[in-house]
Formats: sequence, C-alpha cells, structure tokens
Amino acid sequence: MEHFALWLAAFLTLGIVSFLYKDNPWYKLCEAIFVGLSAGYWFVVLFWDNIYGKFWVGVFPLEEFDEAGREITAEPDYWLFVGAALGILMLMRLVPNIGWISRWPLAFIVGSTAGLYLINYFSSNMMRQVQGTIVPLFGAGYDASAYAIVGNIVVAVGTFAGLVYFFFSKEHRGVFGGTAKVGVFFLMLTFGASFGYTVMSRMSLLIGRMDFLLGDWLGMIK
Amino acid sequence: MLARLPKNLPGGVSLILPFLFICFSFSPVLSQGIEAEVDTLDPAVPDSELVVAAPVTSLIASDYKYDNGEVIELSWVPSIDDQLVGGNVIGYSLYRSENDGEPTLIAELLPGVNNYTDEGLSRLSTYRYTILTLTVNHETPSTMTAPITPEREWINFDKKYLFLIALIIGGSVMFFIETARRGKKLFVRKIAGLEAVDDAVGRATEMGRPILFIPGILDMDDVQTLAGLTILGRISRIIADYDTKIFMPVSRSLVMTAGRETIKAAYQAAGRPEKYSDDMVSYVTDEQFGYVAAVDGIMVREKPATVFLLGAFFAESLILAETGNYIGAIQIAGTARPAQLPFFIAACDFTLIGEELFAASAYLSDEPKALGSLKGQDVGKALAMVIIVVGVLAITIGQAWHVDFMMSLVDTLTNIFSTK
Repeated sequence: MEHFALWLAAFLTLGIVSFLYKDNPWYKLCEAIFVGLSAGYWFVVLFWDNIYGKFWVGVFPLEEFDEAGREITAEPDYWLFVGAALGILMLMRLVPNIGWISRWPLAFIVGSTAGLYLINYFSSNMMRQVQGTIVPLFGAGYDASAYAIVGNIVVAVGTFAGLVYFFFSKEHRGVFGGTAKVGVFFLMLTFGASFGYTVMSRMSLLIGRMDFLLGDWLGMIK
Repeated sequence: MLARLPKNLPGGVSLILPFLFICFSFSPVLSQGIEAEVDTLDPAVPDSELVVAAPVTSLIASDYKYDNGEVIELSWVPSIDDQLVGGNVIGYSLYRSENDGEPTLIAELLPGVNNYTDEGLSRLSTYRYTILTLTVNHETPSTMTAPITPEREWINFDKKYLFLIALIIGGSVMFFIETARRGKKLFVRKIAGLEAVDDAVGRATEMGRPILFIPGILDMDDVQTLAGLTILGRISRIIADYDTKIFMPVSRSLVMTAGRETIKAAYQAAGRPEKYSDDMVSYVTDEQFGYVAAVDGIMVREKPATVFLLGAFFAESLILAETGNYIGAIQIAGTARPAQLPFFIAACDFTLIGEELFAASAYLSDEPKALGSLKGQDVGKALAMVIIVVGVLAITIGQAWHVDFMMSLVDTLTNIFSTK
C-alpha cells in the first residue's frame, strides 16, 4: 500500500509539473483530482470545525469533568444562534423569490469587518509606524555608528518619501514629485530584496519535490 | 507539610527542590486552606532546622483599568529574605480564593518577582489573594488581600489620543464627502494601473476573448478582498456595456456570493440584467494550490485577453501572474501584501501597490463618499508626514545638543502615538 501511495504521489507530481510543457490530459486529470479532493476535504473540515465544533458544541456543550470528578461543562452560548440565523439567511439565495435576503448577512459581514479592522489598521499602520519613525538620525550626541546612522536615515526618509508617493491629493510634480520618486526608489529596493528572499525560499520547495522524486521515489539520492 | 530536608543538600537536589515544592503545592492537603504559619510546618522537623523566611508585605490587589472586567493586578514587596546573595527564598506560591471559597494555587513564581496579572476572571465573583514565601522546608503566608471584584470599564482612556486622531481623520472624511456632495470637484491624481482598466476591457472586447478576474484567496473578512470587489463593480459595469465575457473563479464561498451580487448589480445598472449569469462566478476550492491549478487550467484553455489579480495573494501570486504572462494577457494586479508585490511588478503590466488598491475604488467610482474617504485619508497622511518631520528633527537636535524643550516635545509626540 505504501508502495502504491509513493507511485501515486510521483504520478501526480509529474502530472502537475507537465504543465510546464503545455496543458495536457495528464495535467487535467491531476488538476481535477486535486480540486475535487481538496473541495471535499475542506467541506468536511469546515463542517466539523464550524457547524459542529463551534455552533453545535457551543449551544449544546459536551459534558466535561475535572480530575476531581467535578462537572466543568461550559455554559451554552445562545449568541451562536445569531450566526446560525445569518448562515441560514445566506442560503435563501437558493430560493429565487426571496434570494435578496442573502444580502443581509453579506452586508453584516462586510460592515462588521470594515468596522473591526478600522481600529486595528489605524493603530498598527499609522500610530505605531509614526512612533517607530521618530528616531534620532545621528544618535545621542552624534555617537551612533555609521551603520546605525544609515539605518535611521533610511527609516525616516524612506517612510516620509513613501507617504508622499501614496498621497493622492497632489500631482507628482516639482519637489513633491521628486520626493515621490525617492519613495518609489525605496519601495523598489524593498521589493527587490523581498523578491530575492522569496525566490530562494521557493527554491527550497523545488528541492523538496526533487528530493521526493529522486530520493523517495527513484532512490537515486540516499 | 513538606518532609523535612537535611541541611547541606547536594547541588542536584537543591535544583529540584523548587519543582518538588510545586508538586507538593498541588497536593490536596494544601488545598484545604492556608491558615497560619505554624500549619505549614512538618512536625518531624525540629524548629532549629527550619529555614524560615519573612513573608511578602504590602500585597495589593487592584482592578486592571480599561478592560472588560476580567483582570486583577497584584503587586507586593518581596520577602526581605529574598536576596540574590545569602537569601533563602526559593520562590513564591500565589493563591486565589473565589467568593470566600478554598484558596487554590494559581501561580508559582520565581524569587525577585513582585507583581502578577491574574486574567480570565469573572465580574460576578469576589476574589482574595495570598502569597506563600517558600524556603527549602518552610512556607510563610502573607496576609490575605481585601476582597476585590474586577470591574468593566466602558471607555478605554488609554486610547484617548487614538480616538482624537481618528476623530480628526473621520471629521476630514465627512467634511470632504459633504464638499463633494455639494458639487465641488475634488482632485485625485492619476493612478497608472487604473487608467489602463478601460483599455484592458476594450482590448478583450476587440479580441473577442474573455476577462479573468481573480479576487485573491482570502475571505470577505479581508479588506483587500473588499477592495478587489469594489474595483470588480467598476470593471463589471464596463463589461456589461461592452457585452464582454467575464470569468471569476473563487476560493471562498462568501466571495462567490459577493462577486455574483457585484456583477449582477453592474449588469442591472447597465440596463442589461438578462445578460448576467451566475456561471460568471464559480467556486473552485478553498485549497490554495488546488485553486491555483484550476485557475492556471482556465487561463491556458480560455486564453483571456485581460487578467485582473486584485485582492490578497500569497505563494500563488507568481504562478498565476506568470501563467497570465505566458498566454499573452494584459495583466492588472493589486495587493497590499508586500511579499507578493515584487512578483506582480515583475510579471504584470500594471500593479496597484498597497494603498493604491484601496484608493482605486474612489478613483474609479467618482462618488462623493469614496472620494471624501480618500481625501480624508490624505489628511491623515499629511498629519503623519508633519509629525515625522517635527519628531525626527526634535529628537535629533534634542539628543545631539541636549535641548530639554525638544526632548519634552518628543516625549509628548511619542505619548500621543503610543498604542498602549
């Protein structure tokens, strides 16, 4: 059985890799298996995690006892019926005449998400960023090392110029446009470094697959 | 309570003593209550061999301010015998009594510790605390604290400056929305990627090939997905006008529903509701790379003329963008995930970088609400730029020449922007 699983994994791996040549029936087969299996898998996971794990167990808690035998069963959380009701409303779209009701839970999700994230983003993307940018360029009493000075200047100038680039109320011309270009320069430097870093991590994924094909499957790598 | 131990213990035994104390502390005997110092002694140990430490003093329990009524803060002065050199305290055991019930052990603390935050409490209960000072063969209880009940505060005054700045920016948003409603033209600079949207849709129409819209792989609780769907609304309107075909494979069921609603509304607004079909938006799978495999397949088989990648992307970004590049599609991408932006910049024709993705809806719609929001956010950015310039100059000058005024200014700014 283990041998069969190994060959099946190699067959599917090569099928997906065959896409590099061109679209072909082998790839289509692997794609269909991957999509079908994963969709089914996620349906089961979400059912047991959410409908059973959160809603059902939340409303009808399982009996639990501590080491001394005392009952420590959680209290039922009837607020979960609100979520369940919204979920049922979502299914109303299956009934053409009242399908518009499904917009209500959607509006609830979009609205509550925007509201909840507003403070988090405001706090992390603005307040902490500004606080973290207020740094002494040359250190206390000009005692900072050259490395620290360059780092401080990059943080202060890069943040300021980046903000100028993302300022939409003024055309990028003159000094303002020049500063925005400095901002783009900093952005591209960051992206370049990030690109190289991520490509290296992807190489490790490729090596992992090659290790499987040449080692686990063909036994060419011991 | 504990078995009396001989003096001059070997090093290894000394090391495990704290562990033994923890084990013994959980014993049913201790859970019967903490009465007095004498009750904690083992009668088998002669008094002359007892290592007795002074108790902790000034044990104070206070309600944690600005929470939901679930936290109590404790502070105390450690035992005077808790010394790095020559001290005999090996730790502390913290006990809590709920509603005057039996004290139960809630924490074992190392020597030198003088505070503790007790979390996960109930607003409906009253709590008292005591601390045992532990030596190798003795434990000395402190006095019990006065009964205390954690309280819920409705307003968190630690965040007053956050509220104030949010008020300034929120007020600016409302001001600009009202200004736009009164018909005043609000200027927004050109965003290159969005300028290309009309051309990209037009190209697909001329070539008689479909448009592929990929909203990322996160759900409706991610703002990038919301931003992507907002732009989808504008794109759908153009598609409805041109009668172009669109495919939108999604990896989340809620995004499928929202995507269908968005496109449907656009077709209705264009006066062509009969042209809309639910098949335009289809669910594939929640699995990241299963979704990628399916979308790649759609790309090479349907050969869309234009591909939009607008939303939250992860490791699949380059795979999708490179496949789109391979089939020769015009690609307009946008995400706020810094790690994925380099791939879009490398493989796509136009890329909306971070904030540009969120600004896109205002730019495309030209609606007062969206434009007002964008202008209000610009007020926030202008404020941040001013604070950064003033703050950096003040701290640089203040530290270099020891100017007190500058340093107090820096302290004020740091305090205002603190997110405690």
